[in-house]
Amino acid sequence: MSATLIIDYGLGNLQSVKRAFEECGAAAFISDDPRDVKTASHLVLPGVGSFRDGMEQLNQSGWTQAILREVLQEQIPLLGICLGMQLLGEVGYEGGETRGLGLIPGQVKKLEPESPETRIPHVGWNEVYPVEDAPLFADVADGTDFYFVHSYHFITKNRECIMSTTPYCGNFISAVMQQNVFGVQFHPEKSQKSGFRVIRNFLAIH
Amino acid sequence: MLKVRIIPTLLWKGPGLVKGVAFDSWRRVGTVLPAVKVYNLREVDELIILDITAGMENRPPDFESVAEFSQECFVPLTVGGGITSLSDIKNLLRSGADKVAINTAAFETPDLVDQAAHHFGSQCIVASLDAKAENGRYYCYSACGTRPTGKEVTHQAKEMEKRGAGEILITSIQQDGAMQGYDLNLIRCVSAAVSIPVIASGGAGCFEDFYQAVHAGGASALAAASMFHFTEQTPLGAKQYLQSKGIMVRNANMIPA
Repeated sequence: MSATLIIDYGLGNLQSVKRAFEECGAAAFISDDPRDVKTASHLVLPGVGSFRDGMEQLNQSGWTQAILREVLQEQIPLLGICLGMQLLGEVGYEGGETRGLGLIPGQVKKLEPESPETRIPHVGWNEVYPVEDAPLFADVADGTDFYFVHSYHFITKNRECIMSTTPYCGNFISAVMQQNVFGVQFHPEKSQKSGFRVIRNFLAIH
Repeated sequence: MLKVRIIPTLLWKGPGLVKGVAFDSWRRVGTVLPAVKVYNLREVDELIILDITAGMENRPPDFESVAEFSQECFVPLTVGGGITSLSDIKNLLRSGADKVAINTAAFETPDLVDQAAHHFGSQCIVASLDAKAENGRYYCYSACGTRPTGKEVTHQAKEMEKRGAGEILITSIQQDGAMQGYDLNLIRCVSAAVSIPVIASGGAGCFEDFYQAVHAGGASALAAASMFHFTEQTPLGAKQYLQSKGIMVRNANMIPA
Protein backbone atom coordinates (compact mmCIF):
# COMPACT_ATOMS: atom_id res chain seq x y z
CA MET A 1 0.00 0.00 0.00
CA SER A 2 1.48 3.27 -1.02
CA ALA A 3 0.19 6.37 0.72
CA THR A 4 1.57 9.85 1.17
CA LEU A 5 1.31 11.18 4.70
CA ILE A 6 1.10 14.94 5.02
CA ILE A 7 2.33 15.85 8.45
CA ASP A 8 -0.06 18.03 10.43
CA TYR A 9 1.84 19.77 13.21
CA GLY A 10 -0.49 22.72 13.53
CA LEU A 11 1.10 24.89 10.86
CA GLY A 12 0.82 24.82 7.12
CA ASN A 13 -1.41 24.93 4.08
CA LEU A 14 -2.34 21.31 4.38
CA GLN A 15 -5.35 21.14 2.08
CA SER A 16 -3.48 22.69 -0.84
CA VAL A 17 -0.69 20.17 -0.45
CA LYS A 18 -3.12 17.25 -0.19
CA ARG A 19 -5.06 18.37 -3.28
CA ALA A 20 -1.91 18.77 -5.35
CA PHE A 21 -0.63 15.31 -4.37
CA GLU A 22 -4.01 13.83 -5.27
CA GLU A 23 -3.90 15.56 -8.64
CA CYS A 24 -0.56 13.84 -9.14
CA GLY A 25 -2.07 10.44 -8.48
CA ALA A 26 -1.09 9.93 -4.86
CA ALA A 27 -3.30 8.52 -2.14
CA ALA A 28 -2.63 11.40 0.24
CA PHE A 29 -3.83 11.83 3.80
CA ILE A 30 -3.31 14.43 6.49
CA SER A 31 -2.46 13.16 9.95
CA ASP A 32 -1.62 14.68 13.31
CA ASP A 33 -0.76 11.28 14.79
CA PRO A 34 2.93 10.32 14.52
CA ARG A 35 1.99 6.64 14.81
CA ASP A 36 0.53 6.86 11.28
CA VAL A 37 4.02 7.01 9.76
CA LYS A 38 3.94 3.22 9.77
CA THR A 39 1.27 3.25 7.04
CA ALA A 40 3.05 5.72 4.78
CA SER A 41 5.26 5.17 1.75
CA HIS A 42 6.12 8.89 1.47
CA LEU A 43 6.23 11.71 4.02
CA VAL A 44 5.58 15.38 3.32
CA LEU A 45 6.49 18.09 5.79
CA PRO A 46 4.69 21.25 4.69
CA GLY A 47 5.05 24.50 6.51
CA VAL A 48 4.01 28.06 6.94
CA GLY A 49 5.33 29.87 9.97
CA SER A 50 8.47 30.51 11.92
CA PHE A 51 11.32 28.05 12.46
CA ARG A 52 11.05 28.18 16.23
CA ASP A 53 7.27 27.59 16.30
CA GLY A 54 7.63 24.80 13.76
CA MET A 55 10.25 22.90 15.76
CA GLU A 56 8.37 23.41 19.03
CA GLN A 57 5.26 21.89 17.49
CA LEU A 58 7.18 18.96 15.97
CA ASN A 59 8.95 18.25 19.25
CA GLN A 60 5.88 18.54 21.46
CA SER A 61 3.68 16.37 19.27
CA GLY A 62 6.19 13.53 19.01
CA TRP A 63 6.68 14.02 15.28
CA THR A 64 10.41 14.71 15.52
CA GLN A 65 11.23 11.22 16.79
CA ALA A 66 8.80 9.54 14.40
CA ILE A 67 10.18 11.38 11.37
CA LEU A 68 13.81 10.68 12.28
CA ARG A 69 13.13 7.01 12.84
CA GLU A 70 11.21 6.45 9.60
CA VAL A 71 13.55 8.50 7.46
CA LEU A 72 16.88 7.29 8.87
CA GLN A 73 16.07 3.68 9.69
CA GLU A 74 13.27 2.80 7.28
CA GLN A 75 14.59 5.01 4.46
CA ILE A 76 11.12 6.45 3.71
CA PRO A 77 11.35 9.36 1.23
CA LEU A 78 10.61 12.73 2.85
CA LEU A 79 9.83 16.02 1.12
CA GLY A 80 9.99 19.26 3.09
CA ILE A 81 8.22 22.25 1.56
CA CYS A 82 9.09 25.89 2.37
CA LEU A 83 9.43 26.01 6.17
CA GLY A 84 9.36 22.21 5.99
CA MET A 85 12.57 22.32 3.94
CA GLN A 86 14.18 24.74 6.38
CA LEU A 87 13.35 22.50 9.35
CA LEU A 88 15.49 19.75 7.76
CA GLY A 89 18.56 21.81 8.65
CA GLU A 90 20.64 21.69 11.82
CA VAL A 91 19.86 25.14 13.13
CA GLY A 92 17.55 28.06 12.33
CA TYR A 93 17.60 31.68 13.45
CA GLU A 94 13.99 32.73 12.91
CA GLY A 95 12.43 33.50 16.29
CA GLY A 96 15.79 32.88 18.03
CA GLU A 97 18.45 30.20 17.55
CA THR A 98 16.67 26.84 17.35
CA ARG A 99 17.87 23.32 16.66
CA GLY A 100 16.28 21.76 13.57
CA LEU A 101 15.70 18.15 12.54
CA GLY A 102 19.32 17.87 11.42
CA LEU A 103 18.54 15.64 8.44
CA ILE A 104 20.54 17.83 6.07
CA PRO A 105 23.67 19.70 7.19
CA GLY A 106 23.07 23.42 7.11
CA GLN A 107 21.66 26.53 8.71
CA VAL A 108 18.68 28.73 8.01
CA LYS A 109 19.24 32.49 7.96
CA LYS A 110 17.42 35.60 6.80
CA LEU A 111 17.81 36.64 3.16
CA GLU A 112 20.14 39.62 2.80
CA PRO A 113 19.05 42.21 0.22
CA GLU A 114 21.66 42.57 -2.53
CA SER A 115 20.57 46.12 -3.36
CA PRO A 116 18.25 48.77 -1.87
CA GLU A 117 15.62 47.73 -4.44
CA THR A 118 15.59 44.09 -3.32
CA ARG A 119 12.38 43.44 -1.43
CA ILE A 120 12.14 40.88 1.36
CA PRO A 121 10.11 38.61 1.68
CA HIS A 122 10.94 37.05 -1.65
CA VAL A 123 7.40 36.67 -3.00
CA GLY A 124 6.40 35.43 -6.43
CA TRP A 125 7.60 33.37 -9.36
CA ASN A 126 11.31 32.94 -9.82
CA GLU A 127 13.65 30.69 -11.75
CA VAL A 128 15.03 27.40 -10.48
CA TYR A 129 18.35 26.07 -11.79
CA PRO A 130 18.78 22.41 -10.78
CA VAL A 131 22.14 20.68 -10.52
CA GLU A 132 22.82 17.95 -13.05
CA ASP A 133 20.66 14.84 -12.62
CA ALA A 134 18.74 16.39 -9.71
CA PRO A 135 16.23 13.68 -8.77
CA LEU A 136 13.19 15.93 -8.32
CA PHE A 137 13.81 17.98 -11.46
CA ALA A 138 13.71 15.29 -14.13
CA ASP A 139 11.91 16.76 -17.16
CA VAL A 140 11.98 20.26 -15.66
CA ALA A 141 13.81 22.74 -17.87
CA ASP A 142 16.58 24.93 -16.42
CA GLY A 143 15.18 28.28 -15.40
CA THR A 144 11.58 27.12 -14.94
CA ASP A 145 9.58 29.47 -12.69
CA PHE A 146 8.26 28.23 -9.35
CA TYR A 147 6.28 30.08 -6.70
CA PHE A 148 8.19 31.30 -3.64
CA VAL A 149 7.13 33.12 -0.50
CA HIS A 150 9.78 33.27 2.24
CA SER A 151 12.21 35.52 4.12
CA TYR A 152 14.73 32.90 5.24
CA HIS A 153 16.95 30.58 3.23
CA PHE A 154 18.98 27.41 3.61
CA ILE A 155 22.78 27.64 3.73
CA THR A 156 25.03 24.60 3.51
CA LYS A 157 28.72 23.98 3.05
CA ASN A 158 28.04 20.50 1.69
CA ARG A 159 27.83 21.08 -2.02
CA GLU A 160 26.45 17.62 -2.70
CA CYS A 161 23.33 18.57 -0.69
CA ILE A 162 22.42 21.41 -3.07
CA MET A 163 19.73 20.36 -5.57
CA SER A 164 18.98 23.77 -7.10
CA THR A 165 19.63 27.49 -6.83
CA THR A 166 17.54 30.58 -7.60
CA PRO A 167 18.75 34.04 -8.66
CA TYR A 168 17.76 36.34 -5.78
CA CYS A 169 19.88 37.83 -3.01
CA GLY A 170 22.96 36.41 -4.72
CA ASN A 171 21.68 32.95 -5.74
CA PHE A 172 20.15 31.20 -2.77
CA ILE A 173 19.71 27.44 -2.42
CA SER A 174 16.15 26.65 -3.52
CA ALA A 175 16.21 22.87 -3.10
CA VAL A 176 18.30 20.43 -1.04
CA MET A 177 18.77 16.68 -0.91
CA GLN A 178 20.54 13.94 0.96
CA GLN A 179 19.76 10.32 0.14
CA ASN A 180 16.00 9.90 0.72
CA VAL A 181 15.49 13.41 2.17
CA PHE A 182 14.47 16.29 -0.09
CA GLY A 183 13.51 19.88 0.50
CA VAL A 184 12.17 22.61 -1.76
CA GLN A 185 11.96 26.26 -0.76
CA PHE A 186 9.26 26.96 -3.35
CA HIS A 187 5.69 25.67 -3.24
CA PRO A 188 5.28 22.82 -5.75
CA GLU A 189 1.60 22.60 -4.77
CA LYS A 190 1.13 26.18 -6.00
CA SER A 191 3.40 26.07 -9.03
CA GLN A 192 0.94 24.41 -11.38
CA LYS A 193 2.35 22.07 -14.05
CA SER A 194 6.00 22.52 -13.10
CA GLY A 195 5.16 21.94 -9.45
CA PHE A 196 3.18 18.81 -10.29
CA ARG A 197 6.20 17.51 -12.22
CA VAL A 198 8.33 17.85 -9.08
CA ILE A 199 5.67 16.11 -6.98
CA ARG A 200 5.44 13.22 -9.47
CA ASN A 201 9.21 12.89 -9.46
CA PHE A 202 9.12 12.68 -5.67
CA LEU A 203 6.35 10.07 -5.74
CA ALA A 204 8.43 7.97 -8.15
CA ILE A 205 11.16 7.61 -5.52
CA HIS A 206 10.88 4.48 -3.37
CA MET B 1 14.91 36.96 -11.71
CA LEU B 2 11.77 37.56 -9.69
CA LYS B 3 8.80 38.13 -11.99
CA VAL B 4 6.14 40.82 -11.80
CA ARG B 5 2.89 39.13 -10.84
CA ILE B 6 -0.51 39.63 -12.44
CA ILE B 7 -3.23 39.02 -9.86
CA PRO B 8 -6.96 38.97 -10.62
CA THR B 9 -8.97 40.13 -7.62
CA LEU B 10 -12.32 38.50 -6.88
CA LEU B 11 -14.71 40.41 -4.65
CA TRP B 12 -17.10 38.08 -3.01
CA LYS B 13 -20.44 39.22 -1.58
CA GLY B 14 -23.00 36.72 -0.32
CA PRO B 15 -23.34 33.98 -2.91
CA GLY B 16 -21.90 35.95 -5.77
CA LEU B 17 -18.95 37.67 -7.25
CA VAL B 18 -19.30 41.44 -7.59
CA LYS B 19 -17.43 44.47 -8.82
CA GLY B 20 -18.17 48.07 -7.93
CA VAL B 21 -16.96 51.55 -8.65
CA ALA B 22 -15.20 53.44 -5.85
CA PHE B 23 -16.27 50.74 -3.37
CA ASP B 24 -19.93 51.29 -4.25
CA SER B 25 -22.66 50.37 -6.78
CA TRP B 26 -21.79 46.70 -6.78
CA ARG B 27 -22.59 44.73 -9.93
CA ARG B 28 -22.91 40.99 -9.95
CA VAL B 29 -20.37 39.45 -12.27
CA GLY B 30 -20.92 35.75 -11.66
CA THR B 31 -20.04 33.28 -8.96
CA VAL B 32 -16.69 32.62 -7.34
CA LEU B 33 -15.98 28.97 -8.03
CA PRO B 34 -16.21 29.07 -11.86
CA ALA B 35 -14.04 32.18 -11.84
CA VAL B 36 -11.41 30.41 -9.76
CA LYS B 37 -11.45 27.50 -12.20
CA VAL B 38 -11.05 29.74 -15.23
CA TYR B 39 -8.19 31.73 -13.71
CA ASN B 40 -6.49 28.50 -12.67
CA LEU B 41 -6.71 27.22 -16.25
CA ARG B 42 -5.35 30.51 -17.53
CA GLU B 43 -2.35 30.10 -15.23
CA VAL B 44 -2.58 33.45 -13.52
CA ASP B 45 0.26 34.14 -11.09
CA GLU B 46 -1.88 34.43 -7.99
CA LEU B 47 -5.47 35.11 -6.94
CA ILE B 48 -6.92 37.44 -4.30
CA ILE B 49 -10.39 36.72 -2.96
CA LEU B 50 -11.91 39.34 -0.66
CA ASP B 51 -15.13 38.70 1.21
CA ILE B 52 -16.38 42.28 1.28
CA THR B 53 -19.36 41.79 3.58
CA ALA B 54 -17.88 39.62 6.35
CA GLY B 55 -16.55 42.64 8.21
CA MET B 56 -19.70 44.71 7.83
CA GLU B 57 -21.84 41.82 9.00
CA ASN B 58 -19.52 41.19 11.95
CA ARG B 59 -19.09 37.56 11.05
CA PRO B 60 -15.97 35.46 10.69
CA PRO B 61 -14.64 34.42 7.27
CA ASP B 62 -16.62 31.68 5.52
CA PHE B 63 -14.08 28.88 5.92
CA GLU B 64 -16.19 26.27 4.16
CA SER B 65 -16.46 28.30 0.98
CA VAL B 66 -12.74 29.08 1.06
CA ALA B 67 -12.03 25.36 1.34
CA GLU B 68 -14.25 24.80 -1.69
CA PHE B 69 -12.47 27.49 -3.74
CA SER B 70 -9.02 26.25 -2.80
CA GLN B 71 -9.86 22.77 -4.04
CA GLU B 72 -9.85 24.21 -7.56
CA CYS B 73 -6.97 26.59 -7.11
CA PHE B 74 -3.42 25.48 -7.81
CA VAL B 75 -2.03 28.97 -7.78
CA PRO B 76 -1.31 30.97 -4.63
CA LEU B 77 -4.46 32.24 -2.99
CA THR B 78 -4.77 35.28 -0.73
CA VAL B 79 -8.01 35.53 1.23
CA GLY B 80 -9.29 38.58 3.09
CA GLY B 81 -12.41 39.86 4.80
CA GLY B 82 -13.69 39.45 8.35
CA ILE B 83 -10.39 38.44 9.96
CA THR B 84 -10.27 39.47 13.62
CA SER B 85 -8.22 36.78 15.38
CA LEU B 86 -5.33 34.35 15.16
CA SER B 87 -7.77 31.47 14.98
CA ASP B 88 -9.45 33.07 11.93
CA ILE B 89 -6.04 33.11 10.24
CA LYS B 90 -5.22 29.57 11.28
CA ASN B 91 -8.57 28.34 9.94
CA LEU B 92 -8.15 30.20 6.65
CA LEU B 93 -4.70 28.69 6.15
CA ARG B 94 -6.09 25.27 6.98
CA SER B 95 -8.91 25.85 4.49
CA GLY B 96 -6.39 26.34 1.72
CA ALA B 97 -5.49 30.03 1.78
CA ASP B 98 -1.77 30.62 1.29
CA LYS B 99 -1.84 34.19 2.55
CA VAL B 100 -4.37 36.31 4.41
CA ALA B 101 -5.18 39.97 3.84
CA ILE B 102 -5.86 42.01 6.98
CA ASN B 103 -7.45 45.44 6.70
CA THR B 104 -9.93 46.67 9.35
CA ALA B 105 -8.45 44.59 12.19
CA ALA B 106 -5.03 46.15 11.54
CA PHE B 107 -6.50 49.51 12.63
CA GLU B 108 -8.66 48.25 15.48
CA THR B 109 -6.29 45.68 16.99
CA PRO B 110 -2.88 46.32 15.38
CA ASP B 111 -1.20 43.81 17.71
CA LEU B 112 -2.93 41.10 15.69
CA VAL B 113 -0.49 41.81 12.85
CA ASP B 114 2.52 41.32 15.15
CA GLN B 115 1.12 38.13 16.59
CA ALA B 116 0.10 36.76 13.20
CA ALA B 117 3.53 37.48 11.70
CA HIS B 118 5.23 35.92 14.70
CA HIS B 119 3.10 32.79 14.63
CA PHE B 120 2.49 32.16 10.92
CA GLY B 121 5.46 34.06 9.47
CA SER B 122 5.51 37.46 7.77
CA GLN B 123 5.30 35.83 4.37
CA CYS B 124 1.63 34.97 4.74
CA ILE B 125 0.42 38.27 6.20
CA VAL B 126 -0.71 40.85 3.64
CA ALA B 127 -1.62 44.28 4.99
CA SER B 128 -4.45 45.63 2.86
CA LEU B 129 -4.75 49.42 2.80
CA ASP B 130 -7.62 51.28 1.14
CA ALA B 131 -6.71 54.93 0.60
CA LYS B 132 -8.36 58.18 -0.50
CA ALA B 133 -6.62 61.35 -1.59
CA GLU B 134 -7.63 64.33 0.55
CA ASN B 135 -6.00 67.76 0.31
CA GLY B 136 -2.92 66.37 -1.36
CA ARG B 137 -2.36 63.56 1.13
CA TYR B 138 -3.59 59.98 1.26
CA TYR B 139 -5.57 58.62 4.18
CA CYS B 140 -6.57 55.05 5.00
CA TYR B 141 -10.17 53.94 5.30
CA SER B 142 -11.22 50.71 6.96
CA ALA B 143 -14.47 48.70 6.88
CA CYS B 144 -14.60 48.42 3.11
CA GLY B 145 -13.88 52.11 2.57
CA THR B 146 -16.60 53.37 4.92
CA ARG B 147 -14.65 54.30 8.05
CA PRO B 148 -12.04 57.06 8.11
CA THR B 149 -9.05 56.05 10.23
CA GLY B 150 -7.21 59.35 10.14
CA LYS B 151 -4.00 57.41 9.35
CA GLU B 152 -1.82 58.75 6.58
CA VAL B 153 -1.06 55.95 4.13
CA THR B 154 2.76 55.90 4.12
CA HIS B 155 2.74 56.10 7.90
CA GLN B 156 0.39 53.13 8.08
CA ALA B 157 2.35 51.15 5.48
CA LYS B 158 5.55 51.62 7.48
CA GLU B 159 3.79 50.62 10.66
CA MET B 160 2.48 47.44 9.01
CA GLU B 161 5.97 46.57 7.80
CA LYS B 162 7.38 47.16 11.26
CA ARG B 163 4.72 44.96 12.82
CA GLY B 164 5.67 42.13 10.48
CA ALA B 165 3.41 42.26 7.43
CA GLY B 166 5.09 40.62 4.44
CA GLU B 167 3.33 42.54 1.68
CA ILE B 168 1.18 45.65 1.20
CA LEU B 169 -1.93 45.56 -1.00
CA ILE B 170 -2.61 49.22 -1.74
CA THR B 171 -5.98 50.10 -3.23
CA SER B 172 -7.07 53.55 -4.37
CA ILE B 173 -10.72 53.93 -3.39
CA GLN B 174 -11.27 56.76 -5.87
CA GLN B 175 -9.74 54.91 -8.82
CA ASP B 176 -11.36 51.57 -7.96
CA GLY B 177 -13.52 50.25 -10.78
CA ALA B 178 -13.02 53.35 -12.92
CA MET B 179 -10.53 51.67 -15.26
CA GLN B 180 -8.77 55.01 -15.72
CA GLY B 181 -5.41 53.80 -14.44
CA TYR B 182 -3.86 53.25 -11.03
CA ASP B 183 -3.16 56.23 -8.79
CA LEU B 184 0.55 56.16 -9.63
CA ASN B 185 1.43 58.74 -7.05
CA LEU B 186 -0.17 56.62 -4.34
CA ILE B 187 1.62 53.46 -5.52
CA ARG B 188 4.93 55.32 -5.67
CA CYS B 189 4.51 56.80 -2.17
CA VAL B 190 3.81 53.40 -0.66
CA SER B 191 6.48 51.45 -2.51
CA ALA B 192 9.06 54.09 -1.59
CA ALA B 193 8.02 53.95 2.07
CA VAL B 194 8.55 50.22 2.60
CA SER B 195 10.98 47.50 1.56
CA ILE B 196 8.42 44.69 1.42
CA PRO B 197 6.62 43.91 -1.87
CA VAL B 198 3.74 46.20 -2.86
CA ILE B 199 0.70 45.04 -4.84
CA ALA B 200 -0.91 47.87 -6.82
CA SER B 201 -4.70 47.82 -6.88
CA GLY B 202 -7.59 50.02 -7.97
CA GLY B 203 -8.05 51.47 -11.42
CA ALA B 204 -6.31 49.25 -13.97
CA GLY B 205 -8.10 49.60 -17.30
CA CYS B 206 -5.49 48.63 -19.86
CA PHE B 207 -2.09 46.95 -20.11
CA GLU B 208 -0.27 50.27 -20.19
CA ASP B 209 -1.63 50.95 -16.68
CA PHE B 210 0.12 47.77 -15.53
CA TYR B 211 3.36 48.91 -17.11
CA GLN B 212 3.14 52.32 -15.47
CA ALA B 213 2.47 50.83 -12.01
CA VAL B 214 5.75 48.90 -12.27
CA HIS B 215 7.80 51.45 -14.18
CA ALA B 216 6.63 54.65 -12.46
CA GLY B 217 5.04 53.22 -9.32
CA GLY B 218 7.61 50.61 -8.30
CA ALA B 219 4.96 47.91 -7.76
CA SER B 220 6.00 44.26 -7.40
CA ALA B 221 2.61 42.92 -8.41
CA LEU B 222 -0.50 44.13 -10.22
CA ALA B 223 -4.02 43.44 -9.07
CA ALA B 224 -7.02 44.04 -11.29
CA ALA B 225 -10.70 43.12 -11.30
CA SER B 226 -12.91 45.22 -13.62
CA MET B 227 -10.46 44.99 -16.46
CA PHE B 228 -10.64 41.21 -16.44
CA HIS B 229 -14.40 41.07 -15.72
CA PHE B 230 -15.62 43.69 -18.19
CA THR B 231 -13.14 43.79 -21.04
CA GLU B 232 -11.62 41.28 -23.42
CA GLN B 233 -8.18 41.86 -21.94
CA THR B 234 -6.72 38.76 -20.28
CA PRO B 235 -3.89 38.14 -17.80
CA LEU B 236 -1.99 36.41 -20.61
CA GLY B 237 -2.36 39.45 -22.85
CA ALA B 238 -1.08 41.60 -19.99
CA LYS B 239 2.01 39.45 -19.72
CA GLN B 240 2.72 39.64 -23.42
CA TYR B 241 2.44 43.42 -23.26
CA LEU B 242 4.71 43.73 -20.21
CA GLN B 243 7.23 41.40 -21.79
CA SER B 244 7.29 43.52 -24.93
CA LYS B 245 8.12 46.52 -22.73
CA GLY B 246 11.03 44.71 -21.09
CA ILE B 247 9.35 43.72 -17.83
CA MET B 248 9.98 40.15 -16.75
CA VAL B 249 6.89 37.99 -16.32
CA ARG B 250 6.42 34.33 -15.54
CA ASN B 251 7.03 31.84 -18.33
CA ALA B 252 8.10 34.64 -20.61
CA ASN B 253 9.92 32.12 -22.78
CA MET B 254 6.70 30.19 -23.31
CA ILE B 255 4.58 33.18 -24.24
CA PRO B 256 4.82 34.19 -27.90
CA ALA B 257 5.74 37.87 -28.04
